[in-house]
Amino acid sequence: MKLAYWMYAGPAHIGTLRVACSFKNVHAIMHAPLGDDYFNVMRSMLERERDFTPVTTSIVDRHVLARGSQEKVVENVTRKAKEENSDLIVLTPTCTSSILQEDLALFVDRAKQSINSDVILADVNHYRVNEFQAADRTFEQIIRFFMEKYEKSNSIKQKTEQPSANILGIFTLGFHHQHDCRELKRLLNGLGITVNVVLPEGSLTKEIPNLTKAWFNLVPYREIGLMAAVYLKKHYNMPYVSIAPMGNLDIVECVQQISSILSQADPSKDWNFDGYLDTQLKVVSQAGWFARSIDCQNLTGKRAVVFGDATHAAGMTRVLAREMGVNVLCAGTYCTHDADWFGEQVKGLTSEVLVTDDYTQVSNIIARLEPTVIFGTQMERHIGKRLGIPCGVISAPVHIQNFPLGYRPFLGYEGTNQIADLVYNSFTLGMEDHLLEIFGGHDTKEVITKSLSNTSGLSWSNDGLTELNKVPGFVRNKVKRNTERFAREQGFTVISAETLYAAKEAVS
Amino acid sequence: MSNTKTQLTTNTLNFECETGNYHTFCPISCVSWLYQKIEDSFFLVIGTKTCGYFLQNALGVMIFAEPRYAMAELEETDISAQVNDYLELKRLCLQIKHDRNPSVIVWIGTCTTEIIKMDLEGMARRLESEIQVPTVVARANGLDYAFTQGEDTVLAALVHRCPTLTPVDKNTLSVNHPPLVLFGSVPSSVATQLELDLKQQGITVSGWLPSQSYSKLPKLSEDVYVVGVNPFLSRTATALIRRRKCTLIGSPFPIGPDGTKAWVQTIADTLGIKTQGLQAREQKVWDNLESYCEILRGKSVFFMGDNLLEISLARFLTRCGMIIYEIGIPYLDQRFQAAELALLEATCIEMNVPMPRIVEKPDNYNQVQRIRELKPDLVITGMAHANPLEARGISTKWSVEFTFAQIHGFTNARDILELVTRPLRRNNALKTLHDEQSLIPETWANRRQ
Repeated sequence: MKLAYWMYAGPAHIGTLRVACSFKNVHAIMHAPLGDDYFNVMRSMLERERDFTPVTTSIVDRHVLARGSQEKVVENVTRKAKEENSDLIVLTPTCTSSILQEDLALFVDRAKQSINSDVILADVNHYRVNEFQAADRTFEQIIRFFMEKYEKSNSIKQKTEQPSANILGIFTLGFHHQHDCRELKRLLNGLGITVNVVLPEGSLTKEIPNLTKAWFNLVPYREIGLMAAVYLKKHYNMPYVSIAPMGNLDIVECVQQISSILSQADPSKDWNFDGYLDTQLKVVSQAGWFARSIDCQNLTGKRAVVFGDATHAAGMTRVLAREMGVNVLCAGTYCTHDADWFGEQVKGLTSEVLVTDDYTQVSNIIARLEPTVIFGTQMERHIGKRLGIPCGVISAPVHIQNFPLGYRPFLGYEGTNQIADLVYNSFTLGMEDHLLEIFGGHDTKEVITKSLSNTSGLSWSNDGLTELNKVPGFVRNKVKRNTERFAREQGFTVISAETLYAAKEAVS
Repeated sequence: MSNTKTQLTTNTLNFECETGNYHTFCPISCVSWLYQKIEDSFFLVIGTKTCGYFLQNALGVMIFAEPRYAMAELEETDISAQVNDYLELKRLCLQIKHDRNPSVIVWIGTCTTEIIKMDLEGMARRLESEIQVPTVVARANGLDYAFTQGEDTVLAALVHRCPTLTPVDKNTLSVNHPPLVLFGSVPSSVATQLELDLKQQGITVSGWLPSQSYSKLPKLSEDVYVVGVNPFLSRTATALIRRRKCTLIGSPFPIGPDGTKAWVQTIADTLGIKTQGLQAREQKVWDNLESYCEILRGKSVFFMGDNLLEISLARFLTRCGMIIYEIGIPYLDQRFQAAELALLEATCIEMNVPMPRIVEKPDNYNQVQRIRELKPDLVITGMAHANPLEARGISTKWSVEFTFAQIHGFTNARDILELVTRPLRRNNALKTLHDEQSLIPETWANRRQ
């Protein structure tokens, strides 16, 4: 048992559901108790999703405990297949159902016989993998399933005439995934590469066999998508690039890898993109110039702590250290299963590497190092609030404000601009705060209260004051003024709890 | 569901039961308001990552204020019994005692502890004597309960910990009626308001379950009258009657001015007290609510059902002039809610509106089909369905807000209507935008096609 207050990565079934819901016309059925369908709320709220989330629950209740699911799961799968006419149904076990040890695979086989939809059982162990690992695995499982299914009927597809790429790993509830996807398409188009298939967000499962038409796969985030890319490399000899093009230097590295893949595929042409990269750096991205501008000079040697998923924390550390001259005191990730890769990425760029999924450890390190700024998840933002250190959010887990309506990619050249703004704004806010502290702040609360609340001739009884103190701070003054006005109108001299609530009722 | 419309015209309440495929919160969510209510408590949820993920997402920012609750996260070794449950829990509880020094630790049993049959009650008894911290067990799991029923399981467990009211205590109470204890967790300001409403009729409240702190739990005995303030507390009521021999006052719940009046009146009648000016008090509240009722009159409502407040809210909204198509509800205790159901029926007759259908354990998919057919003016539903329904031109109100808002007593009737009218007022405010761009609301849906 582990005493836990907060977790960075969700449980395994969340990962599976994220994959299933990202595809079009795929339905997920959770084998779970009442209340475990919280995923639907998250998707509907955070993504502000307009469609019903294609997840239903085959509910595990007391009767199921006593007698087993029996026909229930099969019935629910068949019912959904008929109601939704889905291409694929993903039966999703949860932590509860996995200890029941029912033969879900058998249910899948039985359901298959009466419906037209494909059905698979997500192959994840809830006590060994987290959200990201489960998503990675389910994504690979779905791709493998449809590649094998169509392999029998189809011959291997011809490669496209012009160079083309698949983007693997754009998901629902991903951190700025939609914006990154658009930016990646722009980057590839700029290189003269067409985008063959984007998976899974917004795609139909029948597009999966077309994957092999592309010359290579691009996997922007290493948490989810890498397994699929490795599978396609092994079985269909498709090369892949697994670099997040985050920041100018990593974009160059990413494009260089793409260039070498294209050269191998078609040696007859010259695949040199230096001209394109140079124009983008100087014209589109302002981050290169920003690093040389006088503002950024002030950032030199400023102390930062970075924490997040492996992709974003590594990317951010590299941008801060190599492109902005910021002193990264500590870089860390909660992707404990990917610690080696992370260590390699930030080697020489930070004095400390932290790999943990325990937020109290992160909190303690931040408190000890006292950085000027933090780049982390929503959790670090709150740690920062408590310690009075500004924080820029660079990675999941996130809140609704991290699903902006405006265009905010983290990848590609527009991404470099966004990151530069994020870094700069975090630091100036910190500076403002600091100056305010030196000059005693601009707090004039006392004066305002005095002029607006006139208590002459009125007194508050103890129970009245107690009730007043229960009113949230930000409206307390207003309630106090209203109550006093009410008391004066009514000719009261002492304000009790009763007066307070009578006033509340009287004010319309 | 072709017979929905015909059923609306029947003149008695009709009860149905569907498949139970509906969305609601897990009952462990009760820790979020109970740990704040009982100030010297610590809630330990013994479950998996799934439970923890739900709590941290459902409770949003509260998690960051050093909450007095935590997960005892079960790992693979716990599931396969490779480690000793008792020693593990002892280790965690000692740490909690050391860090927070609570007066009581409440263990929340979850689905997983049920399935692996962890003997929480047995272990708690042993641990309590060993580490000298009272340890209460509540099995608030998704196998058996929905959302607010979590509070019911915790309060029912606390009933056993309440001290006994001795004859000596009784004499010191110095009230002119038998001792009265209220049960149900409400914010302390709401508790004060309800107490004041009773005090105006000369009724003194001698205690609350739960109290502000564990050490101040109310004293109970067979002389004590108890009355509930929330409709989901049937287990607590049963425990009070059977275990502590208290007398339950069956009454509608103090939600809305009509409910509050009926609640105060029933209590007064039971305790043999003649009320004064209660009718006028109710009327004054209604007068103040007129601007809201104007918006609501003649509008239709559909409750999808997820928090057990549905019957009381539907009754209040009927009185406001609305027409209720359907009341979905997770679980309906017809005995505990008898007075409330009777008031609902009477209100429908008085307002001359059709009786709603009451659907226990609803099926959300079927409900959405019925909503499409009936096109209600307002659907009260969970967050999972709210945005998709709005995108299809159906106005919604998020049902969970009724659980967290202050809705009890005369004073807070306005807050309920503030919530209910908000989507309708928003629609009025946005009207021009839709007309000008000739966007019918339905066009927001299916943007991917």
